[in-house]
Amino acid sequence: MDAVFDFLAPVGLNETNFQFMLIAAILGCSIYVTLYGGMFSLANAGFMAIGTYVSVVLTQRYDWPFVPAIIAGMVAGGLIAIIVGLPVLRLSDIYLAIATIGFGEVVVVLIRNFDRIYEEIFDKKIEITGGGKGIKNIPVTTDTLHLIIFLLIVVYFLYRMQHSRFGRALAAIRQDETVAANLGINVVYYKNVAFIIGAMIAAGAGGLSGHLNRVIEPDDYDFDRAVDILTYAVLGGTTFFIGPVVGGMVLRYLPELLRRLKVLSFVGSIVGRDLTNEQAAVDGIINGIVLILFIVYLPGGLADPQLWKSLYRRLRPNNTQKGAP
Amino acid sequence: MNLRTLFYVLSAIFLGFLIPYLIATYLFNKEVLSPEQQLANAMWRGSIYSLFALGYALIFSILGLLNLAHSSVFMWGGYIGLMSVLKLDMPIWVAMPVGMIGGGLVAVSVDVIAFMPLRRRNAPRISQLISSIGASVILLSLATLIFSSTPKRFPQDSIDALPGTADKPLTWLLDNANVRITPIQIAIFVIPIVLMFLLEYMVNSLKIGKAMRVVAFNQRIARLLSINVGNIFAFTFFLSGVLAGAAGVLQGLAFNSMTPYMGATVALKGLTVIVLGGLGNIRGAVVGGFLVANIEIMSIALGYGWLSDAVVFSSLFLILLVRPQGLLGESGKMRA
Amino acid sequence: MLVVEDLQVGYGAIIALRGISFKVESGQVVTLIGANGAGKSTTLNTLSGLLKPRAGRILFENVDITGKRADVISQKGLVQVPEGRLIIAPMTVQENLEMGAYKRTDSEINSDIQQVFERFPRLGERRKQKAGSLSGGEQQMLAVGRALMMRPKLIMLDEPSMGLAPMLVNEVFSIIRTIKAQGTTILLVEQNARKALQVADYAYVLERGSIVKEGSAAALQADEEVIQAYLG
Repeated sequence: MDAVFDFLAPVGLNETNFQFMLIAAILGCSIYVTLYGGMFSLANAGFMAIGTYVSVVLTQRYDWPFVPAIIAGMVAGGLIAIIVGLPVLRLSDIYLAIATIGFGEVVVVLIRNFDRIYEEIFDKKIEITGGGKGIKNIPVTTDTLHLIIFLLIVVYFLYRMQHSRFGRALAAIRQDETVAANLGINVVYYKNVAFIIGAMIAAGAGGLSGHLNRVIEPDDYDFDRAVDILTYAVLGGTTFFIGPVVGGMVLRYLPELLRRLKVLSFVGSIVGRDLTNEQAAVDGIINGIVLILFIVYLPGGLADPQLWKSLYRRLRPNNTQKGAP
Repeated sequence: MNLRTLFYVLSAIFLGFLIPYLIATYLFNKEVLSPEQQLANAMWRGSIYSLFALGYALIFSILGLLNLAHSSVFMWGGYIGLMSVLKLDMPIWVAMPVGMIGGGLVAVSVDVIAFMPLRRRNAPRISQLISSIGASVILLSLATLIFSSTPKRFPQDSIDALPGTADKPLTWLLDNANVRITPIQIAIFVIPIVLMFLLEYMVNSLKIGKAMRVVAFNQRIARLLSINVGNIFAFTFFLSGVLAGAAGVLQGLAFNSMTPYMGATVALKGLTVIVLGGLGNIRGAVVGGFLVANIEIMSIALGYGWLSDAVVFSSLFLILLVRPQGLLGESGKMRA
Repeated sequence: MLVVEDLQVGYGAIIALRGISFKVESGQVVTLIGANGAGKSTTLNTLSGLLKPRAGRILFENVDITGKRADVISQKGLVQVPEGRLIIAPMTVQENLEMGAYKRTDSEINSDIQQVFERFPRLGERRKQKAGSLSGGEQQMLAVGRALMMRPKLIMLDEPSMGLAPMLVNEVFSIIRTIKAQGTTILLVEQNARKALQVADYAYVLERGSIVKEGSAAALQADEEVIQAYLG
């Protein structure tokens, strides 16, 4: 593994970057499942927070081993998705978007105030979530192999989903919910299952990233995170299972690449500002531009097979005529 | 002027205050510290929320779009007003309209960049929502680059320059020494209410307002009646930006501290406000603004300020589940 | 007055008009008849600028208006009364008529509204009512009245009799006759071919996106095929 990263170092790909790219890919997959069923849910940052906090609290405060803690985080995310999904998924379109944004905020606020609420109710001081300061000095237990395995499982699931009853039902619901219901598809059931699976994937990504970061804070999981996750899916595309993986990895790698290629210092020298210290703002601008450009001009995303086919055809216009067998 | 609107606003202010007050005092035996002051605070704070939400609701009701970049427009309007004072030495009563027009122009550019190309393609509403998120992120990041993220404030002398305050800076005691209201807070309370009535008058009675309602009802009819729908979209965005810009400048004056993140904090509260009042319900936006402010002020007064966000966002979530059409529902709808 | 040359329109992969050509002379009533889905409404919507043609040319008063925006075209005096009585339901009758005069700045708007009320007394009685509360026939009157408020040179009526009771259908056609008598040119799209041919001067028969027959209204009324297909 090390040899690989030595080789990739000149393009800005060290192991840490690669790990965060993998996390991004998993998060992209988590929103892909719901988008595949036509549900525009922004709740996955909230589920990620739940997965992170449950697993980190278990390993740090209750000395659970790593893998069971991650799984417990996923189960917690899934359980809350069951409770939230049933009422929320009756909403559609922008109402669903708003409700899930609200859900994400509620999760963050509750995590931030968990200890205080507990104290208020039971009149006993505890330290579980650590309030706004979060939990510090978490030992790094996640390694690249964990992430790769988890991602492969998720991608295999997405691949199988595309050709399964479940996937076809979701695709039908995405096309037209009423028609799907008339075809005898249990719309409520499939939507909820997709929502729960998406939540569990996000919670898993959260647990793994929690043991990678050393520090977790509730603010890491606010609306900005939801926008990040959405951007992964939009960049990669939401109809083909490789899409979110490509989207997440490319978007997470882009800032590194820009730094390596000294694009920032170049642009900075033009506008007369040192942009190398403004990473957050630059990331934001990249996210924003990606969101608008892809939604407007490439709604199928980077990993849209149609896009590459037509590109191939356009680049080799003569060959397609002559090359026909 | 529409008396029913006034009635709704007043009941949102007073009932929104009175009900939690009575519950807290008599049900939970909690003492509310100086209720008059809390009511005053809820009034001016609610006014800013209402003003902010008004533009949100306007775009939703006329154009059927949820413009999540509205909070960034609000922040830009505030900063344009602030910079007019700091860099161009404008007096505050000039800087305020400058901030409003600036907000309007920023909103129009959001329309041009994020919405127009999708509209041409008849893209689904969710696509438009996503691209408005993109516009919002870009505007926010640009602001941190240009204005930096360190807090900035209106200089004291620009605030003192407001009529009637030169001799009594910032705090202004009423006869009842328990309540402290600054003239800025009074202006903050009055300006949004005036703007709301102007907006209501415009949408109901002026030709351009009626054209907006026709566009809201059916764009095909509007086109066949020679209404330039593109212009109406631009005008509606401009108007929403003007309202957001006014709210931004007032927010900057009220809290006397601005950062580029001021929009992000208000964004989700603004969403709560318009959902409470009923999405796209202009009157509901004003009512919702005062309700949310009352929720916040009451939780602070009762010593649970740290929970106010939890209450606000839970109510956003719950109202969507229980009553997606909002508290005012169909009855208060001003939508054409 | 209106010349259409080789007009082709499609929605995605579906071709709705396969290159049709026709003319409307000033002062005439011209009707397009044809079955459901023949492309009649598509034609009117393309002339109005609501749809963009793939090919062909539209000349109105010798000016090329092909592909122009709908609001520009209607301002030139080529006005459509859309199918399904698209009135602005939440506005009053009076406001609907005022919106017809949206682009006008002259001082005769109010007297024009009075004229509409004289022509359609039932609208006058209901001027303060919401348009959505009117009956089907009244809504059709309002749609026509609103179009007249735009002072059209050529008025295009899309299925004005659709969904109306037989008595109201007669009323609609008598309205068309009065508009014609006042010198406004009319392009009428109708499924009720019998009635349409009775008021029209000239007619075109549209079938699956092509014009298959044309002639004076009297000639078509006597045409065996037309009688078989549309009048039988």
